[in-house]
Amino acid sequence: MSEPSPILTVSHLSASIAGQQVVEDVTFEVPATGITAVLGRNGVGKTSTLRGILGLIHRRGEVTLAGERIDGLATHRIVQRGVGYVPEDREVFAGLTVAENLSLAERDKSPRREFVAELFPDLVKRRGQLAGTLSGGQQQMVSVARALLNENRILLVDEPTKGLAPKIVGEVAAALAEASRVVPILLVEQNLDVVRRLAAGAIVIANGRVVHTGDARTILDDEALTTRLLGVSAEVHQ
Amino acid sequence: MSSIVLILLTGIGLGALYFLVASGLSLIYGLMHVLNFAHGAFLTLSAFIGWQVALSLGTASWGSFLVSLLVGAVVGAIFATLTELILIRPLYERHIEQVLVTVGLSFAAVALFEGIWGTDAVNVAGPAWLKGTTDVLGARIPNTYWVLMIAAALVLGGLVLFLKKTRYGMIIRAGVENRAMVTALGIDVRKSFTLVFAIGGAAAGIGGVLAMHYTTFVSAHLGSTLLIFAFIVTVIGGLGSLTGAAVASVLVAVLQQFANVYLSGTGDFIVVALLAVVLLVRPSGLMGRKA
Repeated sequence: MSEPSPILTVSHLSASIAGQQVVEDVTFEVPATGITAVLGRNGVGKTSTLRGILGLIHRRGEVTLAGERIDGLATHRIVQRGVGYVPEDREVFAGLTVAENLSLAERDKSPRREFVAELFPDLVKRRGQLAGTLSGGQQQMVSVARALLNENRILLVDEPTKGLAPKIVGEVAAALAEASRVVPILLVEQNLDVVRRLAAGAIVIANGRVVHTGDARTILDDEALTTRLLGVSAEVHQ
Repeated sequence: MSSIVLILLTGIGLGALYFLVASGLSLIYGLMHVLNFAHGAFLTLSAFIGWQVALSLGTASWGSFLVSLLVGAVVGAIFATLTELILIRPLYERHIEQVLVTVGLSFAAVALFEGIWGTDAVNVAGPAWLKGTTDVLGARIPNTYWVLMIAAALVLGGLVLFLKKTRYGMIIRAGVENRAMVTALGIDVRKSFTLVFAIGGAAAGIGGVLAMHYTTFVSAHLGSTLLIFAFIVTVIGGLGSLTGAAVASVLVAVLQQFANVYLSGTGDFIVVALLAVVLLVRPSGLMGRKA
């Protein structure tokens, strides 16, 4: 039986910020189901890869979404084609209420408000609260909720558990697991426990290039490999 | 007592005029990070066209005054929209070039206006009531100041309602905070750029027609003079903060009026000194966000 077509294909992607090359030559595919993790040491270009795919930074190379080239499109057009984005550091609009943050993200005629409300009941209670006054975990819920409101073809999720308390990490991971049932996710994540729990496949980036791809658990179970590529031992996270 | 009331109320009236010009500047900078030096040209053209309309309808009537205000707003909005679409948009994210092109437009516009309407100031007239005064606690307040205050209050109220109650307003508020994230939600933020320019141009247009009645003349340099103070209040209020622009407009104008009367006409100097102090002590302005 042939492999299903990937939902996202990235070929020879390079990206730069203010003239500084941050992604050298990245090539990988993201399957149409489940969660694929992007791993690597700090500063190797994981976040820049996601931002390059979205056109948020200057980039070159080919990016194909479900067979359609999107690398020549403006960011809002890429998103309109079904690419949801959960940025590093949440990036909620602090001066807008929770309801306004969510309303702003609604693109579909019938946004999935009930699905989001079931995943994040706390946000329903805090609809009128300014997003800037929420805790880090609550802001992350707003950020994830914004991406889940629409029927996307893929979500690009960047370090969703960064800086969160362990209990909140669990809640965010559970929400992503639930979300992955309806949409494939490309996940940048430093917390290897979360990766082990959520991701089926993994892509490892080093020095702006993909240096390894494969099954996430297989990579994390290979202590020598994780130590060499990620600079940490996965054992300590188990 | 009456002199203090006079200075205070005329200061608030002058602040209202500053706000009409500064509101657009502040919104444009907040969303697009463009320092729009052509804003004064929007104001001047609106004043000239508004004056021509009032002349054709008869300057003494309130009807022609209101029509000239409306025409001024429309002219300002159209001029600003064309500026954004033709000159600013092709230079997206090239802020220095954007500033330079607005500076160039401001110079070119003054030359064009002088070519059309001449280099001499043109005296203007309006409804007789505007030339009169109203007594407040013994102070005789020129009626033009009341019109300025009412217009600025209506513009401020309209802008606040627009920003709070409409989707485009929400997009603009979000864009002022984090423009890249707005695009990452699938929103074409460039439409908001044009809208903000149009709104700012309309407010400047209203300001232009009222400034003409305030000064009782219109010249090709009307906008340039006001633009300096509008920039000052925009920076003091906090770039991108509409409320900050409103507060700073009144603060600056009242201070300017008091200094002019009690400190030997040093109002302009005091305002520039205040700008320097704010930039040194609180660079983000009174109500601006920290970088």
